[in-house]
Amino acid sequence: MASQSNTYSINGRAYPVIDHTFDVVVVGAGGAGLRATVGCSQAGLNTACISKVFPTRSHTVAAQGGVAASLGNMGPDSWQWHMFDTVKGSDWLGDQDSIEYLVRHAPAAVYELEHWGVPFSRTEDGRIYQRPFGGMTTEFGKGPPAQRTCAAADRTGHAMLHTLYGQALKHDTQFFIEYFAIDLLMDDDGHCRGVIALELATGELHRFRSHMTILATGGYGRAYFSCTSAHTCTGDGNAMVLRAGLPLQDMEFVQFHPTGIYGSGCLITEGARGEGAYLTNSEGERFMERYAPSAKDLASRDVVSRSMTMEIRAGRGVGKKKDHIFLHIDHLDPAIIHERLPGISESAKIFAGVDVTKEPIPVLPTVHYNMGGIPTNYHGEVVTKKDGNPDAVVPGLMAIGEASCVSVHGANRLGSNSLIDLVVFGRAAGLRCAEILKPNAPHPKLDTKMDELALSRLDRFRYASGAHPTSHHRKEMQHVMQNNCAVFRTGEVLEEGKKLIHDVWKNSADIKVSDHSLIWNTDLMEAMELDNLMSQAVVTMECAAARTESRGAHAREDFAERDDMNWMKHSLAWVDGEKQTVKLDDRPVHNYTMTDEVEYVEPRARVY
Amino acid sequence: MVEINLPKNSVVKEGKVWPKPEGATRIQEFKIYRWDPDDDANPRYDTYYVDRDDCGPMVLDALLWIKDNVDSTLTLRRSCREGICGSCAMNINGFNMLACTHGIDDVEADKLGRVNVRPLPHMPVLKDLIPDLTNFFVQHAEIKPWLQTRSPDPEKERLQVPSDRAKLDGLYECILCASCSTSCPSYWWNGDRFLGPAALLQAYRWLIDSRDEETGSRLDDLNDSFKLYRCLTIMNCANTCPKGLNPAHAIAEIKKMMVAKEN
Repeated sequence: MASQSNTYSINGRAYPVIDHTFDVVVVGAGGAGLRATVGCSQAGLNTACISKVFPTRSHTVAAQGGVAASLGNMGPDSWQWHMFDTVKGSDWLGDQDSIEYLVRHAPAAVYELEHWGVPFSRTEDGRIYQRPFGGMTTEFGKGPPAQRTCAAADRTGHAMLHTLYGQALKHDTQFFIEYFAIDLLMDDDGHCRGVIALELATGELHRFRSHMTILATGGYGRAYFSCTSAHTCTGDGNAMVLRAGLPLQDMEFVQFHPTGIYGSGCLITEGARGEGAYLTNSEGERFMERYAPSAKDLASRDVVSRSMTMEIRAGRGVGKKKDHIFLHIDHLDPAIIHERLPGISESAKIFAGVDVTKEPIPVLPTVHYNMGGIPTNYHGEVVTKKDGNPDAVVPGLMAIGEASCVSVHGANRLGSNSLIDLVVFGRAAGLRCAEILKPNAPHPKLDTKMDELALSRLDRFRYASGAHPTSHHRKEMQHVMQNNCAVFRTGEVLEEGKKLIHDVWKNSADIKVSDHSLIWNTDLMEAMELDNLMSQAVVTMECAAARTESRGAHAREDFAERDDMNWMKHSLAWVDGEKQTVKLDDRPVHNYTMTDEVEYVEPRARVY
Repeated sequence: MVEINLPKNSVVKEGKVWPKPEGATRIQEFKIYRWDPDDDANPRYDTYYVDRDDCGPMVLDALLWIKDNVDSTLTLRRSCREGICGSCAMNINGFNMLACTHGIDDVEADKLGRVNVRPLPHMPVLKDLIPDLTNFFVQHAEIKPWLQTRSPDPEKERLQVPSDRAKLDGLYECILCASCSTSCPSYWWNGDRFLGPAALLQAYRWLIDSRDEETGSRLDDLNDSFKLYRCLTIMNCANTCPKGLNPAHAIAEIKKMMVAKEN
């Protein structure tokens, strides 16, 4: 679909741009991006999938514990219970119409994965094995823990991603691999017309025109100093949306996973606790029994991370500096560990020097997941607040996966609800495209000024000749986020954080890029990724400072309670990159369900 | 006499020696392969000194320390930094491995105490430590890495008992890092026609999956003197796999299945 290129002159330098036209362009080849790509291809739409890394390198590959769906293979279960748990997990910030969509489509999505070949672990009678996970219960929180999380040992994300990649191959997907997306092409009417990307291997620029652009670009964990996220988790799609003049939603909600390995931050799955692992403090006490008497170590992640932080603050941390916590697996049968937790046994050995059958793993709450992102409805269509309409659809643009804020996770995501989010909403986006797009429809003529904007951004960074390299500014940003926007927040710390992060943002104009080439220029790419991270960091801090309540992952010591009167609403944040300012607003939480087959779950106290 | 003509720029020259970090007491010397596609120059080995007290324990930590603190033009692939994405496979003192899961202390340093880092062997280099893996991925796609069935999908899952599922262990965990294939002399020689250990390991992963119903056609596709039978049981693949998998064993099993089918 490539036609001849246009050549642009930017600051006296020639940039030829190769043109492509597609019905749909998916940006990102993780779980959500691949599922959407397969769906669009199946619908007969001419679909491209572009990704800055080879598909099986996407961060979905690192997901461990499993994918939630109420199959009921291990005992009674229902989508209504899954829905209740997800609403409660979200601390009532999730949109219940979207949550209903998620949990009702979850079982079919898992069966589909199985039919495609995912090597799920099995029960004795050959069905998919499901394990307990934090916050997953039966009988609307009143029954015993649910075994709802479908697992392929502790490598579920890897198994899913490789399987989805295989399906994409089967459907002859047109991949553009190791292409780095620079910016969206937005026309004057606010319609997205495609995306501009840099091909790393050749240094060539490509303009992808499309009737639908689907952002599946993941989260931005690398805004923080210590995270379980891969180096590539820089939220490029989120940042492109901000530059397009659209808002991001609920960015103050950053999930700290209770069990990142102390030091390296590498993930130890919650599935370990699902299989019976527990946390202890310096006194050898199973302290979660005090904080969450019924769910104990399987309370939801925000609760466990806060409890661990309280223990460390109270002087009951372990290790020389008393600054971390122990996770015990050593009481479990080595055969079970070998069968169900082989991956984390290997990680603990490599990154903590620990033999998990004999010693505890040193762990610490570590940035893991962004509940916030690009606001969408449950079809994956990006929405914004426009002329008083809080659900105004942005034509030509979708977002799915961690990049999106549907919002099913609200203020706190339950473990194993992200993998199901990827495939359910990846599929939903494909279905919506099939519904609203006609294959091979003609493309409108495009104004070249959109291309010039993206290219001048590239050129500006390529020849940036400031005082400090990207790594300097990145470190500054990561430290401010780590110190001033972590597990416990106060108005004072956040106000200081606001000032500091704005300073870092301002100073980052003084960036230096030493590699001026275009072929595999990772110096340039890291500079643009940092620019992407920076706007998201600023927005995260601003939203956190503004929300004067505690809800899910956003815990304020000065506002310790949830405040449904004033804060049962999604935060929205726009960025003016020129002036380096942020504008905040909000949209209502959907206090209704998708169908009348289930009732709206009324807010109540959240106790585990 | 056979005359062998090496390309003009195949000789790797000594490159730049970068300054030692000031004030560091624990220093490790790294020699790193550099090649820039934008100029005509030969590849070179640049020498870097890493402050071990300011740097994490893994080889990847050292490479990123260099990129962050010394020379931002050093180019490599990396992502998950925990041995699951497969991006940072490279040759470290003669062995293919993942830079992210290999401790600097665990590298068997050369006689001069240096850590030598090169791209995966015998692949075209795009820049510095980045090999062109296009052919590797095409070969992976060629074995049809997806479940093939003739019977209609059941309403729920296809059943697979634990003993059948266990047959996939040691196979499905492959991360496509290419360490094995690029350590295989047979693959170096016939990489255009021999599928190589990584693709064949995946071929066996689908052959042995109790749910797959195209075992026969999968075997027919592999029944080729080059695609499969260039494995000469050298076993470098099994020795080098950073995930502890054994592609050579999988290849042997495919050969056994082939014999069983033909008889």
